[in-house]
Order: sequence, then C-alpha cells, then structure tokens
Amino acid sequence: MTNSVRRHTLKAIAAASAVAFGSSFSSLAVAQGAPIKVGVLHSLSGTMAISETVLKDVALMAIDEINAKGGVLGRKLEPVVVDPASNWPLFAEKARQLISADKVAVTFGCWTSVSRKSVLPVFEELNGLLFYPVQYEGEELSKNVFYTGAAPNQQAIPAVEYLMSKDGGSAKRFVLLGTDYVYPRTTNKILRSFLKSKGIADADIMEEYTPFGHSDYQTIIAKIKKFSSEGKKTAVISTINGDSNVPFYKELGNQGLKAKDVPVVAFSVGEEELRGVDTKPLVGHLAAWNYFMSLKNPANDEFTKKWAAYAKAKNLPGHKDKPLTNDPMEATYIGIYMWKQAVEKAKSTDTDKVIAAMAGQTFKAPSGFTAKMDERNHHLHKPVFIGEIKADGQFNIVWKTPGPVRANPWSPFIPGNDKKKDVPDGKTKI
Amino acid sequence: MRLPDVFNGARRCLSTTLFALIFVTLPQLSLALTPEAAKAIAVGENDDRLSALAKAIAEPSDGLVRLIDALLDDAVKIAEGRVYIVRDGKALDAATGAETTLPPNAEDVVNNNRVRGELDTARAAFSLLSEDRNTRAKAITELKDEANEAKLPIIDRAIAKESDAELKSRLQQLRAAMLVASSDKAKRLEAVAALASSGEPSVKSLLQERLQPTGESDPEVRTALANAIKAIDAKLVWGERLGVIFSGASLGSILLLVALGLAITYGLMGVINMAHGELMMIGAYTTYVVQNLFRQHLPSGFDYYILAAIPVAFTVSALVGAVLERTVIRWLYGRPLETLLATWGISLVLIQSVRTLFGAQNVPVENPSFLSGGVAVMSNLTLPYNRIAIIFFAFFVLALVYLLINKTRLGLFVRGVTQNRTMASCMGVNTARIDTYAFALGAGIAGLAGCALSQVGNVGPDLGQNYIVDSFLVVVLGGVGQLAGTVYAALGLGVLNKLLEGWTGAVLAKIAVLAFIVVFIQRRPQGIFALKGRSAD
Repeated sequence: MTNSVRRHTLKAIAAASAVAFGSSFSSLAVAQGAPIKVGVLHSLSGTMAISETVLKDVALMAIDEINAKGGVLGRKLEPVVVDPASNWPLFAEKARQLISADKVAVTFGCWTSVSRKSVLPVFEELNGLLFYPVQYEGEELSKNVFYTGAAPNQQAIPAVEYLMSKDGGSAKRFVLLGTDYVYPRTTNKILRSFLKSKGIADADIMEEYTPFGHSDYQTIIAKIKKFSSEGKKTAVISTINGDSNVPFYKELGNQGLKAKDVPVVAFSVGEEELRGVDTKPLVGHLAAWNYFMSLKNPANDEFTKKWAAYAKAKNLPGHKDKPLTNDPMEATYIGIYMWKQAVEKAKSTDTDKVIAAMAGQTFKAPSGFTAKMDERNHHLHKPVFIGEIKADGQFNIVWKTPGPVRANPWSPFIPGNDKKKDVPDGKTKI
Repeated sequence: MRLPDVFNGARRCLSTTLFALIFVTLPQLSLALTPEAAKAIAVGENDDRLSALAKAIAEPSDGLVRLIDALLDDAVKIAEGRVYIVRDGKALDAATGAETTLPPNAEDVVNNNRVRGELDTARAAFSLLSEDRNTRAKAITELKDEANEAKLPIIDRAIAKESDAELKSRLQQLRAAMLVASSDKAKRLEAVAALASSGEPSVKSLLQERLQPTGESDPEVRTALANAIKAIDAKLVWGERLGVIFSGASLGSILLLVALGLAITYGLMGVINMAHGELMMIGAYTTYVVQNLFRQHLPSGFDYYILAAIPVAFTVSALVGAVLERTVIRWLYGRPLETLLATWGISLVLIQSVRTLFGAQNVPVENPSFLSGGVAVMSNLTLPYNRIAIIFFAFFVLALVYLLINKTRLGLFVRGVTQNRTMASCMGVNTARIDTYAFALGAGIAGLAGCALSQVGNVGPDLGQNYIVDSFLVVVLGGVGQLAGTVYAALGLGVLNKLLEGWTGAVLAKIAVLAFIVVFIQRRPQGIFALKGRSAD
C-alpha cells in the first residue's frame, strides 16, 4: 500500500467515524444503549422445517414492525436466528448458546414438545425466558416459559367433544394416530381417559404411532378402514407432526377415505402443512386450532395483509406467491407483542421482572378475540375453533367457543393432577 | 353416552320426513323456490336448515336442485337475507335464477359434514330416477351408507323402474340394508340373508350395529346376523390380504429402485457410495424443477411433466455421478475406507448446496392428475395409482438394467472390468472410461429412484438420508454383486416390513426388520446369493 493511498484511507475512516459519531449521537435520543437481543430458536431444516420455518419468519416480521415503531424502551430489537435442525439435543445446545454467548433477553422458539423438554432445563438453569407458540399436551409449568399455544382443554378435548356431537357425526369409535414422541403419547393418554369418562370402551379405541419422518401410510390407512368397518361411526384423531402429514394426507386421498365416512381431525395440521397437498379429496376433514386464516375480522385482515406484504418484500419461498398464516404464527405474533408490553411495563428486560409483568397482559389477537395471559399459569386465554378443510386448502369454521377459554395445563383426565399447583414453582410475585 | 343416541334418533326422524316428502312429490319439478325457503336452507342453526331443506323438498323445483348443487360446491353467498349463487364470477339470485349484482358485504355459506351429507343424499334421491345410467349408479353409491327404512319407498320406485341388471341388484342390496331394522321379523330375516352375499364394509358395519345389545333382540335373527357377518368377513379378508401384499410390493418396488443404482456402484464396482442417497435427492429436485418449468411455460401439458422428468432426472444425476467419479472416486479405487469418508463428505456438500439453492424446507411436488386417486379393486381395497405406477416403473428400470448389463457391449465391459480389471485392460478395454460409465449409470438410476420417490414422499434436502441405510441393507442382504439378489431382497424386505407393520405397528416393525437383517448377515455374510467362483473377493 502506498503512502498516499494510506493517507486517503485514514482520511476516509476519520470522516466516516465523524459522521457515524454525529448520527449515533443524534439517534441516542431515540435509541438509548445497545439493541435488545432476541433469540429465535426454530428448526429451519429437517422433518420439522415444514412447520417451523414460517414461525421464524413471522417472528422476524413482528420484530421489524416493533423496530419500525421505535423499538422497545427506545431500544431496537436485534434478532439472533439459530437452526437446531429438528435435532432435539441440538435444541438444548443452541438454547445455551443463545442465553450464555449471545445474551438474548428472550427466546421465541420450539414446536415439538420433545424439543421444549430438551431446552427446558437450560432455560431454568440460566434463568432465561422462552415463549412457546404451539399447542401441546400440558403436564408442564415452568416459570421460565410462557405457553402461547393451546393446552389440551383449548384444543384436543373440544375437538373430540365436537366429533361426538350430532354435527360432528356422533362418532363412537376412535383411532388415535400420532407420531411417536411425548406430545401424541400424552395427548392420547388424556383423550383415552376422557373417552372412557364418556363411556367409550377400550375395544372402541385404536392407538397407532409412526416414527418421525414416516412416509408410507398404506398399512395405517388399511387398518383404519378395517377398524371402521367393525360397526359404529369411527373418527380419527391425528397428532402426526411434521412432514409426515403430506404423505399421510396424500394416501388418505388416494385410498378414497372420505370425511363423510371417517372424519380425520388433526391437531398439528394447518394451512401451511397442507400447502402442496391436493386438498380436493380431503374436503371435510377437520382441524382444531385457536386461529384460522379464514377468520373474518379486522385484526385478522390486518395480520394477513401484513404477512402477505412482508412475504413479498422478503421474497419468502412459497409465501411470496401464496401467503398463508396459521395458528402457531398467530401465537408467535401474540407472544412477541405481549413480551414487548411486559418489558415496557417492567421498564426492564430482566427475566424475573418481565415474568411478573406478563401476568394479565392482553393483546387484540388476529383470532378476533382479546387474548389474555393468565395471572397465574403462564398460559393464554384463547377461543377454540374447529374447521373443515375446503377444496382450496383453507378451512371452513364449523364450530367455535363463544369466547376465550382459560387454559388448564394439568388435565383433570390424568390421575393425580388435581393436586398440582396452577402456578409455576419459584415464581416470585403473582 | 345417551346423548349421541338421541341425536341419531333425531337425525333418523329428519331423514324419514325428508324422504317421505321426496317420494310423495318427486315427479314434477315445476314450482319455484321462494326466497324465504332459500334463506332458511342457507342460514341458521344446522337443525333448522335441515328441516327447512326437508320442507323445501316437499315442493321440489329446478331452483332447489340448483341451490343444492351450489351448496355442495361451496358457491352460495348470503347478503341482507338474500341468497346468491356465485359461479364463474357471476351472481345469480338463488330463488329466481336471474342474474344480479352481488353486494360487497356478501358472506360465504358454510356447510359442515353433516349438512353436506344430507344435501348429498337429497341430491342422490333426485338423481335416482335420472335418465343417465352413470348418474343413477353414482346416486346408489351415495346412498349406500345412508341406509334406513325411510328411504324404502323411493328405492322401491327406483327398483321398479330400473332396467339395468347390475344397478337393480345393487338397489336390492340397498333395500335389504334398509329392511334390516324393520319391525317385521320375517322381513328382517330376509334382509339379513340378502345382505350375507354382500362384500361391503359398510354393510358389515350396519349388521354389527344391529348385533349391539340395543339392536336386535330376536335370537333367531341374531344368529342369522352373526352368520351374515362371518360370510362378509370371509370376503373382506381377501381384500385385506391382497392389501398387505400390495403395500409390501409397493414398498419393495421403492426399495428396489433405491437399491438398484447402488447394486451397480457398490455391488459391481465395489465403491461404498455414501452419496447414493444424495444422487436420489438430485433426481427428486430435478423432477421439482421440471414440474415448475412445465407449470410456467406449458400449463396445459402440466400432467405430462413426469414423463419429461424421468429422462431429465436420469441425465442430471448421471452427469453429477460422472463428475464425482472423474474428480474424486477414481483416485480412491481399492481404498474402501477413504472412499467411504470421501463420498460421505460429498453427500454433505450436496445436501448443503441444495439447501443453499432451494432452501431448507421441503419443496412441493404435485402428483399429475392421472397419478392421483386410486382404483377400487374390491370394496375394501383401493390401490393408489401412484403406487401402481411405481411398481411398474421399478420393473421397467430393472429390465433396462438387466438388458444393459447382460446384452450390450458396455455391459460386457462392465462385467469384465469388475471381475478382473487387469485382464480386461490387457484385452484392450479402456477401464477408466468404463468405470465412469458404470458409475454414471448407477447414479442415473438413483436419479430415477428420486423421481419416483417424489411421487409418494416428501422432497427435501434430507431425502437421501432416509433411504441410504435401506438401500445398503437391500444390497448387502441380496448379496453384493448380484442383481437378482437385490430384487429378492427388496421385495422380501418390503413384504416382511408390511406384514410386521400390520401386526406390531410401524415403530416395532422397523426394529424387527433391522434385527432380522443383523441376524441374517451374521449367519450368512455373503447375502442371499453369493458369487460363485474364485474371482470373487
């Protein structure tokens, strides 16, 4: 490097730093201090990527929105995105990295319960804060986690009650079909005991599990057909998770199992999972959620419009041509905004202060109802909807609760739960 | 427990009135549908809507048929108490059928399964007396799961009018199904006897329900019912057995396809190719790209993208294979451990490059319409077209490989080089070039497998990882160096897996199959078929 060039460079650096100093000085009035780091912990590859990728995107969209309006406490949010690759131990490693190395104030992440169980000890040990946006089996309450998805009484139980009602086809035999891990196993345990309390005999319940990423559903469909021919109206309750749903629904359609004869209600299948599946043979099969894209209300119109614009601007594959929203996206969105409100109330990002400030937070959710964070149990009060798949991959809402339902993480259908406390251990203030 | 029964009773009653009314007034479709009736059918509580439907059917009209059709197609909207039918962007008044403009605040009418079921039956009842045979046949199929005595009059009329022998016998079955709950014992016995000859799962379900404590009370009829169920079971069991064999054959054909390429690269050439799965993945992604090109540039011929994708997938994977062989693998012949590590590294590179190019998420590959759905071979056995196609495709590829290896000059060279490289070289065979060709061939077949897999499973960067273990198992089990062994091993494993799956569930079946293979390989390390002769190593 010649001397003159070096001089030029030095000058340029000096000029640039002067400009930078000036501008940062002026922006100090708006954004005091460093940005707040926010962790995003969703599988962007592997079997769960089909469901989780979009949660990362919606989290980034919410963070962008908040930043555009001046951030939180005058500080910008800085997302730290990591990919735990549908690998459960890796979830724990990445969570540790987010809290210890990146020093994030809060983490939004996880889909499967096995991933949540895997990160839970890390969040408790390091006193981190996790927002978990997916419906799950309950049986858990941690002071370091806020559950913005549904507990069993906000999804599974109402769905089964619907199937047993006249409108749901008065089902009297049930196939409990799931992926082989903690969420489907626990949910089915709850449902089995619920069905028993409704007088359904064990012989009228069939339980089947497949591994993660399973893609050959011929035998399962054949079994369902056989089971349903043994008298009484049969319904299938599916807790299949991840990309296995695509081959499952393809096989269902190809083998001509109609919703009129054997309805399938799914707890982990929404608009996003049905993308790329020919939904015409699936018309009438059901899903139970706390939000559907097809809901008509101003909050949802705004949410879907924002998402469509964001997907287009960021050129998100798939979504830029056909933007879809779903329940866990809504739950992620609610979670981020509630965290923002709690931080503003606590005037700090300190975990314990934010936890205390979260109690009773409300947010006008895209579901059209005001979601409220329970004062005690870290779960949201949410409405329940049941939808039937339409030919275009959207859902017709055929049943809903009149208003939000309080979550009950300790299902009364599991023995011993009546003695469990409704407040997480170690919570300082209520 | 009692509640649903009550509901069911109410539903029966409703159907009864509905059908009695259809029967009374079917012949003339003349009177107009009133706007009030249309509104009552389209909005309100489902119970009220269904009774409105029953009432409207008492005065059937073209308007009613049009409204029912539109409701079934989700083409009905409602605004300010007026019902509209919206088709192709044009709005019709549901009552008059006149074209009007749709108010901007019109809302969709939502029908759940129950309402749709009743609409379907009403529609079927209308079309039971249609002139067109296909329409009638469809109507009978529609009604077969809705058998109850209320529909008897209309079925009797249809039987009297029906001229087609097959349809007539199906109608008589339907009639028997309706009489099985009759109050007359003789009628019930007659119905059960007629139903015993049926092979329908729905009929079995019906009879089973009659056998419940709340159903049949007469002991004589109960025995007849039990016997009839046995007779139907005997028919159904064949459907089940064939179903297991078919799904086994389907899984076997997929295993055959994924292992066939490896049978060449590993079996014949001895290259432990850990990137075999990724060559399949490349084939699947090629299919995806071809599909997208067709959608963009040739939407009218979209269904035929798969035919174009087959040769393209083969070529792309074969080219990637040839490049791999030329650049990496040829330097490692005779060093299996290094080959294993190098190809594993290559597989990671390929996965990551696909992730960078297409994203980490699965990409959607649609089935062409002729591969969607299935053919109902028996009442309880439907064979999906995509699986049938893959079975044929697997054997087509197998035949091609067999001919290529055994009947062509290139095949002769490949066999020569794999058996004795030095000797082949002395005879003037360009062994280096033959290696490239053989490896490219194996890679190309992996590409074909990927193309087939895209029709039944998910296409994502990890696609290959899910099949690499299976394909090695098949090749090793069949006996390294043996095409025939690969075929037997693939089909055998497929059927074994499906048999166990039906018995123990998918998770345990997979474990059992692995355990079986471990034991088998320990007992017989050379696989099912072993190369005979001294030249084999």
